[in-house]
Amino acid sequence: MSDKGMTIHLKIWRQARGSDSGGFVDYTVENVLPEMSFLEMLDILNETLVQKGEEAIEFDNDCREGICGTCGMVIGGVAHGPHAGSTTCEIRMRQFKDGDTITVEPFRAKPFTIIKDLVVDRSAFDRIQQKGGFVSVNVGSAPDGNAFPIPKDHADHAMDAAACIGCGACVAACPNASASLFVSAKISQLSWLPQGEPERSRRALAMIAQMDAEGFGDCSNHGECEAVCPKEISIQNIARMRREYLKGAIKG
Amino acid sequence: MTDSKILDPKIPSGPLAEKWDRHEKDNPLVSPGKNRREKTIIIVGTGLAGGGAAATLGELGYKVLNFCIQDTPRRAHSVAAQGGINASKNYQNDGDSVYRLFYDTIKGGDYRSREANTYRLAQLSMGIIDQCVAMGVPFAREYGGTLANRSFGGVQVSRTFYARGQTGQQLLLGVYSALSRQIAAGTVKMFPRHEMLDLVIVDGRARGIIARELLTGEIKRFEADAVVLATGGYSPVFYLSTNAVNSNATAIWRAHRRGAYFANPCFTQIHPTAIPQLGDYQSKLTLMSESLRNDGRVWVPKKPGDKRPPNQIPEDERDYYLERRYPAFGNLVPRDIAARAALVECDAGKSAYLSDRAVYLDFAEAIGRLGKDVVADRYGNLFAMYEEIIGDNPYETPMTIYPAPHYTMGGLWVDYNLQSTIEGLFVAGEANFSDHGANRLGASALMQGLADGYFIVPRVISNYLAGAKLPAVDTDHDAFKAAEDDTRKYIQRLLSIKGSRTVRDIHWELGRTMWKNVGMSRNAEGLREAIADVSRLREEFWQNLKLTGDDADLNKQLEQANRLSDYLELGELMARDALMREESCGGHFREEHKTPEGEARRDDTNFTFVSAWEYAGEGKEPFLHKEELNFEFVELKTRSYK
Repeated sequence: MSDKGMTIHLKIWRQARGSDSGGFVDYTVENVLPEMSFLEMLDILNETLVQKGEEAIEFDNDCREGICGTCGMVIGGVAHGPHAGSTTCEIRMRQFKDGDTITVEPFRAKPFTIIKDLVVDRSAFDRIQQKGGFVSVNVGSAPDGNAFPIPKDHADHAMDAAACIGCGACVAACPNASASLFVSAKISQLSWLPQGEPERSRRALAMIAQMDAEGFGDCSNHGECEAVCPKEISIQNIARMRREYLKGAIKG
Repeated sequence: MTDSKILDPKIPSGPLAEKWDRHEKDNPLVSPGKNRREKTIIIVGTGLAGGGAAATLGELGYKVLNFCIQDTPRRAHSVAAQGGINASKNYQNDGDSVYRLFYDTIKGGDYRSREANTYRLAQLSMGIIDQCVAMGVPFAREYGGTLANRSFGGVQVSRTFYARGQTGQQLLLGVYSALSRQIAAGTVKMFPRHEMLDLVIVDGRARGIIARELLTGEIKRFEADAVVLATGGYSPVFYLSTNAVNSNATAIWRAHRRGAYFANPCFTQIHPTAIPQLGDYQSKLTLMSESLRNDGRVWVPKKPGDKRPPNQIPEDERDYYLERRYPAFGNLVPRDIAARAALVECDAGKSAYLSDRAVYLDFAEAIGRLGKDVVADRYGNLFAMYEEIIGDNPYETPMTIYPAPHYTMGGLWVDYNLQSTIEGLFVAGEANFSDHGANRLGASALMQGLADGYFIVPRVISNYLAGAKLPAVDTDHDAFKAAEDDTRKYIQRLLSIKGSRTVRDIHWELGRTMWKNVGMSRNAEGLREAIADVSRLREEFWQNLKLTGDDADLNKQLEQANRLSDYLELGELMARDALMREESCGGHFREEHKTPEGEARRDDTNFTFVSAWEYAGEGKEPFLHKEELNFEFVELKTRSYK
């Protein structure tokens, strides 16, 4: 462990709740250690702000180990920051060097309204999920867990897609603010499993219709979403979603 | 002063294996349709227990109001459980059964849990797996397409089902999908970013809650026919824990202040394999899954003070102390035993090079036996997480680990029906105390969450609503008005202190006191010190807290101050409970009560009971009530993993 800290300069987006405009404010944090997480550095900054009688910077965060999907900010122009396959909370300050200036912004997209500072409203994801991101099976009516064998590679593909944490980085990184990676992950997961089969077509059509209704843009294969996804969800899922949609549309 | 009571757990009569069936047969139900639609149930929490219960009660046709503090129900802290979920399927043909899972759980809990509850948990475990598979949970599978299993600590069978290292996430997303379906169907109304701040009691029954909308600060009233709390555990009382930073005891503590008894508060689980603490800037401790102990070997240098890098320490100068002390279970001893063994080694000056409070978890043998690819397939994500934090590559240099506060077995007291000492208030999942005794076995938290959520809560709520005569109550009732006023005053009191210490600063001090004196190893003197220190710190909090911002806005400092105010009461109760319990059992180790070999010494003559504390007012000594634990089917034995 190093005993000498770095000096880090920050340009952080501040925006009051209920306001539709905000701006960058400059801060400096001293004695930043490489093993600190990015959010722990912001904690220290917030401590000094509160001590000075100023309002703390608001940012969503919870598990601080990369699994709950609560945190998310654009760090140095990249959703979730400079380390691939990481959430914001998993970013360690060892990614930066002494004297760096880092800009910190909220996830920006029309359907993600800014609530305050770095906190955004991602409830559109819930509404998309509610249109079909489930298997309609009530508790009590399940057959034995081994009743339907599932080939290991199918289960693995389903798990790859199911790893999505719903953080919204894919939307923030996409030039079109498309939610295709998020939506395709759920559609794809259930399309690999026999349990998802009965509702396969209806699910794809309904979830995609809701994605459009929420105002997310179209996918034009930039691939930015895959590059920032903390769970490294593949854009192959988007291709699979398109096939599911097409099959569903043909079936009617 | 109320007289000390003996609490009745209302366990159905009959043989262990028939109790739950008899209970189902003997209790009334609410008929489908209008009768169910007219019943409103409040559920606080959207994890496996809360979200599972909300979705299932929605499926049954009840009107459900479901609350969570997160921006969406999919982020409840169940999401963070890594390793797996137990079920007595015996798919591996290795001798597993409902009885064995029950027995392992009772023994693992050091004979401080209730037989009937634990047996029911084991019975329901199989249906959980079936239900999760049916919902599309992508459990790991074998090449033949069947479900895969692995082993966890404290057992000699493979009964743990898993989805990579993200089992909690996948089970929670199953719950979330079922919940999403019910929200779309209109049976469940979801209130994200809402925090319960008080329980409303009318004519002796729980009839509603007061909640604060976290974005606007608006204080709202909600009425119901029954209230379920499923808000998880309270490990952040130690400040540094493996829990999410927003995990809190506020909902259960406010219910406790309204009359719900708090059971076994000192039974906390210290998880043996977390990344060691590095500095005082830290906000949490990162867990490395227990599944690592399937293949990792735990050791320290034999020589105290040996700070050579681990790869320079020859084999014969290493002490694989778990394998040496517990040959039958080796590295897979239960969590409480593995944690305390690490403490003993570090106290003797034997520790990893990185820190005086760390031991090694070594994969060299596993990599030699299985190859790097297999190890990477099993633990790759954990190794990557470790390397990012510590800067060492675990494929080459042994990991360093140290115990960290993780799970709380204590919680609100509930009877067999998961009903608290307040009628109409039910408590599920980690928030209650019922199934794990003094120590929880790995992969059993997810099992309990879903057993409560999918199966038990829906049934006992139906029984309660069918049996209770509940007059209509609306939110204009005086009890709602009074609770709302109390809540507003409490928040204003926090904002009006205008002192000089931040929430984090005071929470840090609370955590240090709790970890030092109410942590892995406890003694009477330290516990008395903790009671005094926490009480003094609470006074300082109410005189010297510094907050900025206001209440009519998103203000996380205010949210955390509010939660900390409850931890400052709960911390003292934990110390009192630990002081009262003059024995060592499970995660509760009293230095005065140990065998000559240093193992925990239980006192079955005097302490085979559940402590259930009644709140007596701010700063007043609480009243102790007891539930005697009757072991009809299991013989109490000294727990041995040797």
